[in-house]
Formats: sequence, C-alpha cells, structure tokens
Amino acid sequence: MSDARAIGEVILAVESISLAFGGVQALSNISFDVREHEIRAIIGPNGAGKSSMLNVINGVYHPQQGTIHFKGEKRHRMEPHKVASQGVARTFQNIALFKGMSVLDNLMTGRNLMMKTGILSQALYWGATQREELKHRERVEEIIDFLEIQSIRKTPVGRLPYGLQKRVELGRALAAEPTLLLLDEPMAGMNVEEKQDMCRFVLDVNEEFGTTIVLIEHDMGVVMDISDRVVVLDYGKKIGDGVPDEVRSNQAVIDAYLGVQH
Amino acid sequence: MFYRENGQFKTSYAEDQALLSIRQDRWFIWLVLVVAFVVVPLFASEYLFKAILIPFLILALAAIGLNLLVGYCGQISLGTGAFMMVGAYSAYNLAVRVPDLNILLVFVLAGLITTVAGMLFGIPSLRIKGLYLAVATLAAQFFMDWLFSRVKWFTNDSPSGSVTAPAITFFGATWDSPTEKYLLVLAIAVLFALIAKNLVRSNIGRSWMATRDMDVAAEIIGIRPVYAKLSAFAVSSFFVGIAGALWAFVHLGSWEPLAFDINRSFSMIFMVIIGGLGSILGSFLGAAFIVVLPLLLNQVPHWLGIPISTATASHLEFMIFGALIIFFLIVEPHGLARLWAIAKEKLRIWPFPH
Ligand SMILES: Nc1ncnc2c1ncn2[C@@H]1O[C@H](COP(=O)(O)OP(=O)(O)O)[C@@H](O)[C@H]1O
Ligand SMILES: [Mg+2]
Repeated sequence: MSDARAIGEVILAVESISLAFGGVQALSNISFDVREHEIRAIIGPNGAGKSSMLNVINGVYHPQQGTIHFKGEKRHRMEPHKVASQGVARTFQNIALFKGMSVLDNLMTGRNLMMKTGILSQALYWGATQREELKHRERVEEIIDFLEIQSIRKTPVGRLPYGLQKRVELGRALAAEPTLLLLDEPMAGMNVEEKQDMCRFVLDVNEEFGTTIVLIEHDMGVVMDISDRVVVLDYGKKIGDGVPDEVRSNQAVIDAYLGVQH
Repeated sequence: MFYRENGQFKTSYAEDQALLSIRQDRWFIWLVLVVAFVVVPLFASEYLFKAILIPFLILALAAIGLNLLVGYCGQISLGTGAFMMVGAYSAYNLAVRVPDLNILLVFVLAGLITTVAGMLFGIPSLRIKGLYLAVATLAAQFFMDWLFSRVKWFTNDSPSGSVTAPAITFFGATWDSPTEKYLLVLAIAVLFALIAKNLVRSNIGRSWMATRDMDVAAEIIGIRPVYAKLSAFAVSSFFVGIAGALWAFVHLGSWEPLAFDINRSFSMIFMVIIGGLGSILGSFLGAAFIVVLPLLLNQVPHWLGIPISTATASHLEFMIFGALIIFFLIVEPHGLARLWAIAKEKLRIWPFPH
C-alpha cells in the first residue's frame, strides 16, 4: 500500500536487551531492528514487555544488558530528554498530556527543543521571542489542521474526551517533528470510527513526512493492515518477527494469542 | 456594553497571541492602570496607602513569585519568608556598605542574591517531591532565621538585632511620602506582573507547566527537569527577593528577622491558594484578600456595633483562613481567579445562556 515511501536502512537496532524489575524479568535478550520509513509493530499479550521496550528506547528505563544503535551510532546510557533531542518522540499507553494546559500549549511544548531564545528575551516577549513563538505557532497550526482539531485548540486538554486526548497526544509528538515516532497503543479504548481516524493519521504521517513509526497495538486487524513488519513479544521474550503474513502463520504466536499454557 | 468577543476577528496568529486578545479585557486593564496610577494618588488617604495599598502591592509581587514556582511549576515551597528575608538583608547590606549604589540597582542585586539562595535550596527538588520537598524548603526558613539573627555582620553589628533601611533616593529625589512610595511599588509590581505573564506564555513557562502536569512526559519531549525546576526556583526567588527588599525598605522601614518568620511563609502560601494556583491575576486577588481581611474583621463589627476584641478578631481571621484554604483546596483549587473567570464566562454569554 505504501509504495511512495522507500523503506531504507536500519535506523534503530536493539540488540540483546534484558531488563528486570526486582524479580520480574520484563525483557529477556530482545533483538530487533527498525528500518527508515517503515511502520514496525510490536504486539503481544498484556504484560509481555511492549511498553517496557519503548521505555528502553526512550531512555526512561535503563536495561541491565544489551545495546542500542540509533542512526548508525551506538547509544550509551541516555536520559529521555537527550533521546528526544536526537529526534525520538512518543505517545503513552495511559495518556500523558499536560492536563492543565490548552491543546495549543501542549503542541507548542512539543517544539520546545527548537526554541532558542533566552530567558530575558522571553521575559520581555519582544523581537526574537515573539518571532519565534509565531514561527512555531504556524507549524503547530498545520498539525492542528492535519489532525482536524481546530475547534478545540484553546481548550484545556483535561476537559477533552478520551479519543480526542489521544489525538492531541499524537499532535504533541508530531510537533517535535521526530524521525522516529513511538506509539504505545494509540487506538486502545477507541470506537471504530475513532480507530479509523487514528489509522489514517498514522499512515499519513508515515507517508507524507516519512516518519519511522514503532507501533504497539492490540487490534490485530489494524496491525496486519498497516504495519510493514511485526515483532511479537510474550513474557518478555521475542517469539516472532517478520512481515504480517509470516507472523500470522507462526505457531508460537498463535499459541500465545490462544493462551496455550507455557 | 456587553462583554463579548463576537465580531472581533483575529486576522493573524500574532493578534491571537497578544497578551489581552479580547478588547474588553484590554479596556479593563487600561482602566485599572489609570485608576491605580492617576486617580488613587489624587484621592487616597495616608492610611489607605500605608495600611492597605503598599503592603498589598508588595505581597502581590511576592505572591506572583511564589505562584510561578508552586502554581506554574508544581514545586512546593514553605520558605518564602526566608527568601524575602534574604532579599531584605541583601538590600540592606548593599545599601549600607555601598552607599553610592542606585537604590533600584540595589533591589535588583538583592533579587539576584536571592536567586542564588533559591536555586541552592531548590536543588533537593531534583530528587524529591511533595511533602519531602516542602520539608526541605522549610529548612531554608530555619537556616535563614538563624543566619540573620546570629551572624552580626549581616545586621551591621546592630546591638538590638533590628536594622533600619536608609531613605530611598534616586533620580535626585527622595521617595518618602506615602504617595511616592505607593507609585514606586506600583510601578515595580506592574512591571513584574508583565514579566511573569510573558514568561508563562513563552517556552520557559510551558516547560514549567509541563513539569507540573506530567514530569515524565515533559522529559520525554525534551525538557530537562534540572533546567525547568531550577529556573522556576531562580525566577521565583528573584521576584520574592525583590518583594522582600521592598517590604523591608518601603513598608517596614525598620525590621528584624521575625518580620520574615515562618508565619510569613505560610501566609504567602495561603495567598496563592486562595488567589488561585497558576494565575497571575490570582496572586493579586490573594494578596488583596490577605491584606484586607484582617482590617475588615477589625472594622465591620465596629460599624455594626458589635463589640469584638482584637484577640477575637485575630482568632476569627485564622478560622476564616483555615476554612477558606480547605474550601479552595477541595472545591476550587484555582481560587478566586477561577471564580473571576467563571463570572466572566457567564457574562460573555449573558443574557442568552446557551
Ligand atoms: N516500572 C516498573 N516497575 C516494576 N515492574 C514493571 C515496571 N514496568 C513494567 N513492569 C513489569 O514488566 C512487565 C511488562 O510490562 P509492560 O512493559 O507494561 O507490558 P505490556 O506493555 O506489554 O503490557 C510486567 O510484568 C510489568 O508488571
Ligand atoms: Mg503496555
């Protein structure tokens, strides 16, 4: 379906990642790669370690073992804000918006790394700061148009319904103009119509901006439809990896989903 | 005249981002400014200046500072009294030891010294939150109480421990009449309110609010927690330090550390909660409330012919504060400012409530 974008070189490679919380082994020896411009899904039952994987990529969790190469360079232990500055943005399974701020301000915050004026200039809100705010406001308005959330731009996000909050959170991540976008269950809890919208946004982002996307999703239909390749996790282990058709016919994956006893 | 934004179409984002994008708000602010700068000085009595307006404005300035930290960045501080104290004694020492220094510069430098102190005591915020942070900032209070009562150098070896500020002179004039003092603190309060407004609608203000609302997400989007928190402590302390210097120089004249004790810290916290966390306007409302309430409690029973002792009045004051704090924390954490916003919202759709 997505012929316009050419899938490129490996942009992210995680190798032999192991992560434990006390006695709980959330991830055991996980390796996979993500190629430029592709949509890479991570699936697996609850508690499989999917969110933990994103948190490792993000720098929120530091794995006990394993390495990460991003854009060809080996990444050392890195804090989340540092990872963000390399062009990684994400959304959360449990929406993590800035509840007291408006939609517009949430999106503007997504661009904080591109804002350079000093505190004195901001205190005066003259010249440089005003120009900078305007410039970024224009970009943010494009995203607002893209996500069709014009009518709520001034609304505090805490007051929005769940589905719209998910959309705004995507907007905040997009505002950062990431090269790698991590989406943690962007369609969870949505009705069919909202899911379709979200699918369309994800595909459009991928096609129009060429953004590489790592997507965690439970809805198999969606996953098989939109992803280029799929990683399957179960109890912290990788049990499958490949194009949707391969994964679908993989016996271990079928067992995991049908709940065969381990 | 209706309070409407109908028909006021914004043709550019610049217009939409302006400080007061609704015309009526703009008029209202200009009206308030004209009254404050022109009408009040013509008619107000000395009592009004000294007992109400001057303390109100200085406390409002301190409340804005505290609100930037607590209301906007979500960090708690129980040490505002201590930082006002740092501002007051820094200004005192600068003014006494370097007599040629312009007094406005003295205030700014006092603010900068307080900034450094505030950042030092803000360091624990990088590790701890909530109650623990509150206790850590309380340490600032005890430390400063000790520092300025025990280390005689800071009080210029004054035998009583009390110090007196030199007269305020600049631009070749002495600003010692109540009207002049009022205009001085008014100008400073307005300037700093504007600065605060600008900061909270810029990148730095958004990084504070993001840290307040969801610190993990803030960091993931690129905000360095160290920078966001320490800059909030820094800016907040700058405001509070200048307010402390003004409180000492303009309002009190002579003072000792007791003037900035823990009660001052608590009363500042009350102010921002009652006025409205995360609101500049609320900082003014809260300060007005705290200044005016005790006076009202003393006066109203008199007017009504009810005998009430000063002690009872001050007990009443505590009870009312207590009840209000609980009310606002539970029912309306955004305080008086939110009530004001609701009133405006109602007015906007009045008389067709749909
Ligand atoms: N911060 C944490 N502390 C302790 N255990 C955690 C933490 N985060 C995840 N886990 C555990 O790691 C395992 C994987 O969780 P998670 O990555 O959230 O799974 P998924 O997203 O696939 O549902 C679970 O057993 C979970 O309880
Ligand atoms: Mg999860």
